[in-house]
Amino acid sequence: MADQKTGDQIPVAATDISWEVRNGVTRAADVLERYLAEIERRDDDVHAFNLVLVDEARARAAEIDDNVVMGRVLGSLAGVPVALKDNMCTRGIPTTCSSRILDGWKPPYDATIVTKLRDAGAVIIGKTNLDEFAMGSSTENSAFGATHNPHDLTRVPGGSSGGSAAAVAAGFAPVSLGSDTGGSIRQPAALCGVVGVKPTYGAVSRLGLIAFASSLDQIGPMANNVADSALLLEAVSGHDPLDSTSIQQGPLEISKQLDWGVAGLRVGRITDLPEGASPDVNERLEVAFDALRAAGAEIVDVEVPAFTYGLTAYYLIAPAEASSNLARYDGVRFGLRIDAPDTNAMYLATRTEGFGDEVKRRIMLGTYALSAGYYDAYYGRALKVRRRIALDFAQAYEKVDVLLTPASPTVAFRMGDKTTDPMSMYLCDTYTIPSNLTGDPGMSVPFGTGESGLPVGVQVLAPALKEDVMFRTAAELERSMS
Amino acid sequence: MSDRPVDAELWTLRGYELVVGLEVHVELLTRTKLFSGSPNHFGDAPNTNIDPVSLGLPGALPVLNRQAVELAMRLGLALNCTIQRSTFARKNYFYPDMPKAYQISQYDEPISVDGWLDLPSGFRVGIERGHLEEDTGKSTHIGGSGGRIHGSDHSLIDFNRAGVPLVEIVSRPDIRTPEQAKSYVSELRAILIAVGASDAKMEEGSMRVDANVSVRLPGAELGTRCEIKNLNSIRSVGRAIEYEAQRQVGMIDAGENIRQETRHWDENDGRTHTLRSKEDADDYRYFQEPDLVVVDPDAGWIAQVRSSLPVLPAARRQRLADLTALQPDAEAVLVVTERGQDEYVLSVAQAGGDAGRALVHVKEAFAEQGDDPLVPAADLAKLTNLEIDGALTATQAKQVLAEIVAGNGGDAAAIAASKGFEAMDDSELESMVDDAISSQADAWMKFCAGDGKAMGALVGAVMKASKGQADGKAVTAILNERRENS
Repeated sequence: MADQKTGDQIPVAATDISWEVRNGVTRAADVLERYLAEIERRDDDVHAFNLVLVDEARARAAEIDDNVVMGRVLGSLAGVPVALKDNMCTRGIPTTCSSRILDGWKPPYDATIVTKLRDAGAVIIGKTNLDEFAMGSSTENSAFGATHNPHDLTRVPGGSSGGSAAAVAAGFAPVSLGSDTGGSIRQPAALCGVVGVKPTYGAVSRLGLIAFASSLDQIGPMANNVADSALLLEAVSGHDPLDSTSIQQGPLEISKQLDWGVAGLRVGRITDLPEGASPDVNERLEVAFDALRAAGAEIVDVEVPAFTYGLTAYYLIAPAEASSNLARYDGVRFGLRIDAPDTNAMYLATRTEGFGDEVKRRIMLGTYALSAGYYDAYYGRALKVRRRIALDFAQAYEKVDVLLTPASPTVAFRMGDKTTDPMSMYLCDTYTIPSNLTGDPGMSVPFGTGESGLPVGVQVLAPALKEDVMFRTAAELERSMS
Repeated sequence: MSDRPVDAELWTLRGYELVVGLEVHVELLTRTKLFSGSPNHFGDAPNTNIDPVSLGLPGALPVLNRQAVELAMRLGLALNCTIQRSTFARKNYFYPDMPKAYQISQYDEPISVDGWLDLPSGFRVGIERGHLEEDTGKSTHIGGSGGRIHGSDHSLIDFNRAGVPLVEIVSRPDIRTPEQAKSYVSELRAILIAVGASDAKMEEGSMRVDANVSVRLPGAELGTRCEIKNLNSIRSVGRAIEYEAQRQVGMIDAGENIRQETRHWDENDGRTHTLRSKEDADDYRYFQEPDLVVVDPDAGWIAQVRSSLPVLPAARRQRLADLTALQPDAEAVLVVTERGQDEYVLSVAQAGGDAGRALVHVKEAFAEQGDDPLVPAADLAKLTNLEIDGALTATQAKQVLAEIVAGNGGDAAAIAASKGFEAMDDSELESMVDDAISSQADAWMKFCAGDGKAMGALVGAVMKASKGQADGKAVTAILNERRENS
């Protein structure tokens, strides 16, 4: 049995924690206590968590330490605390989507990623805050109050996985899982200065992820460094027969290639990228191109003409699917019910009371886009644009291996700045949305700071299932900063 | 088959023609539900066959049941449909027993399209499509009147049925008479059972029929249709269509317009009542189900399913008709095939028996037997041969058969002998006929004068004298011979 360790004696990287726990150098219980102490000290200010699973996590850490003593083989995440976005089902533990509508509901089953995390030896430390039903870019649309950016508590952490991003940035957990429908992992990662990955659609099972827009939603890792995000992604990816859209292949293999460098890689610069990124962000992007060139990559100009239509198509497709996905919250079987004289009145009262404004806005938008007489003009046309975007990216990827763009147009903005103007909030997702529409992977890598010394993220995009190349590029950017 | 002239007496009502299309929902006989692993089983305690998918819980995802697809393909192929690449859509509407507030259903790309079903009469009804979809839960409304949700105190919902696989079979509006509609449902039911797709029990709701009914002057455009729901038996299908046609013709005659609406058949008062009009219809906001992928059975799979299909009822009737020189819609052919005893008649013929006599005996005496009668086919074959040879009369054969059936088999000749059914020799019969001519002189005179009815008295006398053992046909022949020679 390892000696008890505290604070600085415990490594911060998930790869190191797992190695030390498996080899009996550090106890999972000590690792956990370090993070619980940090949560205790600072989460009242940050509000990254909806729920901290103190007892469950302690029991789990003790179990892992027992396994170490008994010489059992442990998985790649042995003793690694993981924070889960609170839209992933955990058996018997409240799962809220930061919405009143799920009041009191405890899922009777675990999401596939939860099972995979357990199999890998991870310790689930808590459920993190999000924009209600993952709809938003600031984590201000939460029924339980906003999350604050650990770098500046007056600013937003981004969203919708703002809790998961803030948890990692604040040192509440070495890694976390978020979900990304239009940028909800990558944009908060950029704003909080952590790594955030949206994998290829179908690479990670969606079973147990509470749906926002089913054809776009994808679970992905958030971490302090590229290697940790690779480790977590490898652990949670792979075919799931219970998700029909899951890709029929084994877990992604990324970690082995992280040190391969970028010599000979063709890195694309999109010449017709939509404007709107602030100067500090654009400046960092140029530095990123320079760094990759210096490391032996070739920078190639490409056009992706339909990129600019992504936002419009997204704001029809995502709300349309959401309007259907969120129809089940009717007060009949679970969650909130506001009693009323008849069934229709009960639906109305429950949904009026249970959903926040942004969720209602998107349900109305989506219902309208799918309605008889409007389908062709809105939803139908958006699907055509979606196919067109996929075509344009496919053509670009004939010339390049990866593409580089900003992850977010700006650094973290002040809380309340965009809450009254939905359009300005939607524009946060300009650069991240296209890869959700195409199903291709994308990730945000922290790449220095911009205005007010706040973190800037650079986004690496790659074709479907080319996570290995995407991560190599991200790892090179990370190396160039050290 | 379809070009045979059929239904010579077309159904018309004060000059109007009836136009009917049927939509039939059938529950598939799968082991588990369409999108989850819960059992698909009728009659279990409420809310025992449920899971996160059946309840539409957050985060649950559907996974398509391969057996359901295969049964849908079997049914489609049996209805002469093309099996095609198909997709699922969401049909969005709120109802308490619809757990996700949308039904997953095939919409614009169904698995089966463009088939047909031939009625026993030879009339062909086009099949537009057969598509897969999930069933809803079942609501029971407590309090209030009539078991409707409106006005009830509270409702109980059983989700056992939620997610049970259904195929909806949509006919073309080819049906022209209530009888054809009944025949269509009955034939479809026989096919469903034959291919093992469904148990098709209308009383348990595993087969549910909606009828789209309109009337028009022959050759005119289609009239406005009403959809009739709650048809729980083949009989009510006929009655409801008949009533609805009368109602619509009555309205047109009174100068009123038919409103497109959904109507409810009330078995008790024998009428249809407005359920909802077209203006109240939901906008279902169909869009492709993003949680499922395309279903595209390859040619190999389709061929394999096709080759595993059994001989279908129509072909079985035709086979029996060919063997017995009857029409395929002769009553005996219909009855025996429906009982599944046609194979048995075939095996009697194969055992050297007479198919025609065998068919009659099976129809009359095997009603209590299943599709695999206990009487050995060879025993029945022997009986039919004794009849054909004239060794037994029809009446005698019936008595012998009764014993064979009671004993689950038996030697016809031995039973006949034990009953004293010796074949009368010709001279014995002739003397009996001559006795009758003498004792019934009046009748004989009338018979000779051409009064056919008088023959009855003469035959009756012979039968009485022979204690019913004389062969009626032989008696008639002798009488005719005597008359010609007199």
